Amino acid sequence: MTPDYYLVLATILFTIGATGVLIRRNAIVLFMCIELMLNAANLALVTFSRINGSLDGQIISFFVMVVAAAEVVIGLAIIMSIFRTRRSASVDDANLLKY
Amino acid sequence: MEQTVEFAPATGVLSLIWLLVAIPLASAAVLLLLGRRADKWGHWLGVLSVAASFVLGLVFFANLAGLESGSRSAELSLWEFIAVGKLQVDFGLLFDPLSGVFVLLITGVGSLIHLYAVGYMEHDPGRRRFFGYFNLFVAAMLLLVLGNNYVMLYFGWEGVGLASYLLISFWYTRPSAATAGKKAFLMNRVGDAGLAIGIFIMFATLGTTDYGAVFNGLSGLSATTVLVLGLLLLIGACGKSGQFPLQAWLPDAMEGPTPVSALIHAATMVTAGVYLIARSNPVYTANETLQLVTVAVGAITLLMGCIIGAAKDDIKRVLAWSTVSQIGYMFLGVGLGGGAYALAIIHLLAHGFFKANMFLGAGSVMHGMHDQVDIRRFGALSKHMKITWLTFATGWLAIIGIPPLSGYFSKEPIIAAAFEREVAWEAWVFGLAALLGAGLTAFYMTRLFVLTFHGPARWTEDNQHPHESPLIMTIPLILLAIGSVAAGWLMSTSVADWLTPVFGAEQAEPHGVLSHTMITILSLVVTVIGAGLAWSLFRRGTALEPQPAGVVVTAARRNLYTDAFNEAVFERPGIYLTRALVFLDNKGVDGVVNGIAAAVGGGSGRLRRLQTGFVRSYALSMLTGAMLVVGAFIAIQLGWLV
Amino acid sequence: MSDFPFLSILTLLPLVGAAVVAFIPRSKAELAKLVALVWSLVVLALSIFMWAAFAVDGDRFQFHESYPWIPAWGANFTFAADGIALVMLMLIAILFPVVILASWHDVDQSKRSAPAYFALLLTFEFTMIGVFAAADVFLFYVFFEVMLIPMYFIIGSFGSGQKQYAAVKFFLYSLVGGLFMLAAVIGLWVVGGRTFDFAELAQGAGSLDTNTARWLFLGFFVAFAIKAPFFPFHTWLPDSGGAAPAGAAALLVGVMDKVGTFGILRYCLSLFPEASRWFAPAALTLAVIGIIYAALLAVGQNDLKRLVSYTSIAHFGFIGIGIFAFTTQAGTGAVLYMVNHGLATGLLFIVVGMFVARRGSALVSDFGGAGKLVPVLAGVLFFAGLASLALPGTAPFVSEFLVLIGTFSTHKGFAVVATLGIILAAAYVLWMIQRTTQGTLNPALTEVPAMSKDITLREKVVVAPLIALLLVLGFYPKPVTDVINPAVQATLQDVGTTDPAPTAVADGKVGG
Repeated sequence: MTPDYYLVLATILFTIGATGVLIRRNAIVLFMCIELMLNAANLALVTFSRINGSLDGQIISFFVMVVAAAEVVIGLAIIMSIFRTRRSASVDDANLLKY
Repeated sequence: MEQTVEFAPATGVLSLIWLLVAIPLASAAVLLLLGRRADKWGHWLGVLSVAASFVLGLVFFANLAGLESGSRSAELSLWEFIAVGKLQVDFGLLFDPLSGVFVLLITGVGSLIHLYAVGYMEHDPGRRRFFGYFNLFVAAMLLLVLGNNYVMLYFGWEGVGLASYLLISFWYTRPSAATAGKKAFLMNRVGDAGLAIGIFIMFATLGTTDYGAVFNGLSGLSATTVLVLGLLLLIGACGKSGQFPLQAWLPDAMEGPTPVSALIHAATMVTAGVYLIARSNPVYTANETLQLVTVAVGAITLLMGCIIGAAKDDIKRVLAWSTVSQIGYMFLGVGLGGGAYALAIIHLLAHGFFKANMFLGAGSVMHGMHDQVDIRRFGALSKHMKITWLTFATGWLAIIGIPPLSGYFSKEPIIAAAFEREVAWEAWVFGLAALLGAGLTAFYMTRLFVLTFHGPARWTEDNQHPHESPLIMTIPLILLAIGSVAAGWLMSTSVADWLTPVFGAEQAEPHGVLSHTMITILSLVVTVIGAGLAWSLFRRGTALEPQPAGVVVTAARRNLYTDAFNEAVFERPGIYLTRALVFLDNKGVDGVVNGIAAAVGGGSGRLRRLQTGFVRSYALSMLTGAMLVVGAFIAIQLGWLV
Repeated sequence: MSDFPFLSILTLLPLVGAAVVAFIPRSKAELAKLVALVWSLVVLALSIFMWAAFAVDGDRFQFHESYPWIPAWGANFTFAADGIALVMLMLIAILFPVVILASWHDVDQSKRSAPAYFALLLTFEFTMIGVFAAADVFLFYVFFEVMLIPMYFIIGSFGSGQKQYAAVKFFLYSLVGGLFMLAAVIGLWVVGGRTFDFAELAQGAGSLDTNTARWLFLGFFVAFAIKAPFFPFHTWLPDSGGAAPAGAAALLVGVMDKVGTFGILRYCLSLFPEASRWFAPAALTLAVIGIIYAALLAVGQNDLKRLVSYTSIAHFGFIGIGIFAFTTQAGTGAVLYMVNHGLATGLLFIVVGMFVARRGSALVSDFGGAGKLVPVLAGVLFFAGLASLALPGTAPFVSEFLVLIGTFSTHKGFAVVATLGIILAAAYVLWMIQRTTQGTLNPALTEVPAMSKDITLREKVVVAPLIALLLVLGFYPKPVTDVINPAVQATLQDVGTTDPAPTAVADGKVGG
């Protein structure tokens, strides 16, 4: 069983995640798509770790998980407060920070 | 120049010559710094300080005379002024026969004029300030003639320019006075720039600015260098002495109080140019062309001064143009070289007496006539101002050269010397110019004298009652009148002998195109003709209003269009150039700077629009960026690039 | 040579003072002013001690100190002073107390905090001392940029007129120059042996590739030409000088701009000798154009502070030709000019500030006949003007004379044109004097109550030391020239030029 399939799976997951970020407006969905991309990256890292016979990739994937967890905490809090003030979770509505 | 110039170091009493400068300078500082606290006694301090300098000057002069004739000089270095590399300039003084004569003139005539000013300025609230400036002038002028190198000379040179500016614009609330002061300073600075470049040449070629070293090194310079050097010094001299083409400021300088005109713009400062050329006589003797140019400047100026002076109606301006003209004679003298150097100095001293005398006389007239200056509105004043009339008469007779008054002994020899030029056409041209000048001088001075003191009274009631000035003003007048009468024959031989160490011994008399007796007769004849003509024309007074006149008189009234020329060629283009440059700087140079800033700002304004605020479009651009990077990596891996 | 760490203490002292002043509450503004004044006087006292400890005949660089900073780059806190830096440090130490006292009431009317203003002034003193005391190219660069910050706030917060425009222009223009210099500093580090130490770099200066050295020279030169400023990089100065408070403007042209000319002397000449000689004709041309051009512009100004700024640009032209003439006289004259110009233009700016504070306007046309109302102040303005036009007896004459006479022996044409500048100098000064203090009294002036108040005691204390120094150095400049001269000679040795012998002597026609 070659590790290539894992890479293909990771690519597909990443693409789904990226597409989701680009086309969806709901902040929660966006968030889940980002998680999807992060996990796709994790999968790729672990796979490469296996291919190269080195532990570096796996260690980095732990870092990614920690970062993702922290990001979820802060991101959800932000989304919650935006939803409370604006009664909307659409990212397109939150466009005050421009030019 | 085969003989070397050497100055003996100052010894004994002569090592105190710095006091000459220091006393008036200290007095000026006290007067200007103490302010109103010194109002009550300030003018007396001013008079005393100059008088003290005069007494000291006499002592030093006597000491100098007591030395052997070969070593009659005293050089004194006070401190190192500038010492950088090869440039070594000391704050040094030199008291030799030439500077000694000048010191006596400056402090002697200066003391009298200071005394006179005590009375003249009595009712002026700025009298203390006036004496402060007056003392400053005396100090600067003494430094000018006492310096032992060209930098010291320049130091005093600009110092007298400053004092002259301050005194011309003394009544600074009058716009005309302020403008006249500025004009004087600016035209002087043109001359100063010439003098400065001359000094640069000395350093670049000879590595020194000391008189002795420069004169001794002249033989090593090329003729062109000497010519350029001399011309530059001549420009400086023209600026200070009001000679053509830098003469325009001097008549305007009459905006200052009359004692100023007497001391600065007649007796002393304006003769600084003559001093410069006389001091630099080895330079001028070394080059024929240089002498010719100097003589030409003198001749042009003396005629110009006469012609314009004859057309003016303002008593002080007539005297001012007369000064221009008389200094022209002095330039003629120093340009002729040889024995004529001493003649020019003698004329300078005599002129110092009679012109100061006449200026103060004019001041006395103005004092009695409620500051009226128009000679058409005087007349018959001889009855009301006896002393002024008599003293003015001596000045008048002296300047037109009636024997045995001083002008006869000083001016006539210069005319004779002009006829003795070696080249025949030069002798004729300059000799006749000087002769013609003598006739014109007689004409315009007689006109001035007659219109002021004789003929019918043309002053009206609102001029009040003409009256004689107080004693404090008339005593200096009397003393100066005695000088005007007696100075001529006292000086004519003794001063020439006295100055021999400076100018060298007089060469054997070259034979002129006319005999000396002939010239004497001729000059007396033209003088009598000029004076007689003026007397007969103006005996019965003149019209009160300007009369229509021919081309020559109109031109003369307008200063021979020299002012118009200056305005058209320098002033107006200068103003336009300035305006154009201000525009260019704001719109052009700064425009480029601001243009770049605006371009950056504008470009950023466009780019800013990319920041839409839509998170997902940012995400798209990030993705695109990431894909580009990955694409580039792949391309490199596959060898598409490179 | 003394072992006392003069330079580092001198540098840090004003910074500490700034921190102290900044923490004084606004309500105690008078206390803040007093502390700032006393602090700057302490700096002055220390500088006087340093001057006394400087051995005129000693090494070129004295008071050398070095502390490690970023070992990986070879950057150190290295301080050392030669005669040129010493006189500039002295000038700074003298000018700051004077300016602080002159600015005493400048902030009272505004809504801004007085302690902040005086803290900024002290911060500025810190950066100025640092930039002249640094003997490490990187340290110099850092100070070169940092000094913009306090001045930016001084102009932008406490200025007048188009102050924000002026402050931004000042900051950006200088920063652009600084970036050129940063590139050159890095380049120098790479090619010059990976060190920032000035002494080491100067030693290796001869081994640089000609082309590289010329490019690096340009990088430094552009920064310094903007800072000085030389034509045509000068347009920020009239804006800044016109907008800054008068005291700060005095510092701006009196001290800060000298960093440009000082930088050229210290860094361009010593580090890139061949390039300096190669660029000299171009630099001389720019300088001479600046003299004439700025003088003409000064004649045409209607704003007193802008006018003084333009006169400064003309004076910087003189300093420029002095530096690039490569003779001892011209070089010494240029450095002396830097000192004298600081005193003279500083005085001029301060006096103009006194007029502006009374009138509430800097426009020449708003004055006229003011000498009638404030005769003593008008007299001081006139004296400052005389010093500015380099009248003999005032200090600038000596420096201008040295510059011109030194330049004449190598570059006759440039010197002659520059000499014409002294005529224009008389024109702009006297024209300014005439329009402000002479002539008939402008009736609008009598309606301004402050205009009838002549010079106050505080103002007398402010101008007296400057006037005294200008006069003393005008008659006896030797103590200063003796300090400057060896440093200039060492610099010219770096450049590899020697004074020409007087031509007649060189021809052997006259004994030397």
